[in-house]
Amino acid sequence: MKRIVTLKTRNLNESKKNGGCGECQTSCQSACKTSCGVANQKCEKAAK
Amino acid sequence: MIHAYKLNGYNIILDVASGSVHSVDDLAFDVITAYENTPRDEIVRTASQKYGVCEQEVSDCLSDVDELKNSGRLFAEDTFRPDVEKLAKRDTVVKALCLHVAHTCNLDCEYCFAAQGKYHGERALMSFEVGKRALDFLIENSGTRRNLEVDFFGGEPLMNFDVVKELVKYARSIEQAHGKHFRFTLTTNGMLLDDDVIAFANEEMDNVVLSLDGRKRVHDRFRKTAGGCGSFDVIVPKFQKFVKARGDKSYYMRGTFTHFNPDFTNDIQTMLDLGFDELSMEPVICPPTDEYALTQEDKLILFEEYEKLAQMMLERRKQGKPFTFYHYMLDLDGGPCIYKRVSGCGSGTEYMAVTPAGQLYPCHQFVGNADYLMGDVWQGVTRTDIRDKFKTCNAYSRKECADCWARLYCSGGCAANAYNATGDVNGVYAYGCDLFKKRIECAVMLKVAEQTEAFEQ
Repeated sequence: MKRIVTLKTRNLNESKKNGGCGECQTSCQSACKTSCGVANQKCEKAAK
Repeated sequence: MIHAYKLNGYNIILDVASGSVHSVDDLAFDVITAYENTPRDEIVRTASQKYGVCEQEVSDCLSDVDELKNSGRLFAEDTFRPDVEKLAKRDTVVKALCLHVAHTCNLDCEYCFAAQGKYHGERALMSFEVGKRALDFLIENSGTRRNLEVDFFGGEPLMNFDVVKELVKYARSIEQAHGKHFRFTLTTNGMLLDDDVIAFANEEMDNVVLSLDGRKRVHDRFRKTAGGCGSFDVIVPKFQKFVKARGDKSYYMRGTFTHFNPDFTNDIQTMLDLGFDELSMEPVICPPTDEYALTQEDKLILFEEYEKLAQMMLERRKQGKPFTFYHYMLDLDGGPCIYKRVSGCGSGTEYMAVTPAGQLYPCHQFVGNADYLMGDVWQGVTRTDIRDKFKTCNAYSRKECADCWARLYCSGGCAANAYNATGDVNGVYAYGCDLFKKRIECAVMLKVAEQTEAFEQ
């Protein structure tokens, strides 16, 4: 596309089918302790 | 729903439901922002006149937008809301504990949300027996989860270092038999760091959070000993030694900014000058009546500071001296799935705090609030009504989030901040939301810049 560059992102709709293992880090646990941001959490499905 | 914004020379379109990010030129920006509420012929006419291009050019752009829409990467429908009722009724497991091994501290920081480590109670240290029972409780309630997280917290956890060491040893002795893997973290003010602590932490701690507020005068204003002496000169050499010995293992140099230093990028710069490059800087949590509470006027400064910070990161990356900032660390491709994005931090359900006496609270910020005492590590959660309340906290549970583009980045926000601001865990801490949104805008911009630079090279 000439005027639009789309970054590679995880498709959230797709993740509905293959997500939810619950292995990812509890957000805020070991960094900020004062806010809830989940977007910086790594998916850890493979780490199970 | 999309969020369209311009920052640092980039035009960025976030598609909320799909999580897609698009970097576009000015014409496409206008086309996309008009797409849903303007007739196509009007979009074509207006854009071709404004940008001096033929109408076919604009039509081609519209076709590209159609294609992105049809492939679910623009104006995607939010199909996640129907799952939320199920989410609230789900069975939960416990996978993370914040172990308050010391409700006491060797610093006397006025701004401490934990009331100088005592959480408005008596000074106390966790015994090995209580900690051991907490670890057993965690294993017993973790279901099929393999990765279990334990943060040694306080107060100052190193005031009970022997128990920390014993608990880690105990956890390591049982994890394999139970098919678990413990990930330990330590949050410390640095006063008691010595060679033994450094060697132990570098062996056993997945991450360490080191409290430093930046500039000496900023740090020493709050982070004082009981005798009133600033701690900067004591802790900085210790932190430098610790981080150097840490090698590739993670750490965060974590600061707090207040009304007295909204220009916090100067504190970030100090951290960089001291040789630290994995940074986190957080707004102070306190009642609005405190003299150091952030004000509405400060917010405008903070917005500029967050943008400045992003520019600093770009500049340093170009110079081959990159650093990380916790809130700007987005993994767009390998980040969290929709379940995590909807359900959030897990406080009160999969994450709880344990006091020195073994009491359970929804998270470290609720400790000491009798209304939120959930049970203890022997009997488990006895106030299931509290847990049920936290199960309902998610990206869709607050009416204010319905029209917010950032809801799948924050999951509806911090329940403790919401409680402190509104008296309800399902309320909204609007000031925090504004800062959060600015941070996400900057974080996404950094990703766009990274991609653009890579493309240009």
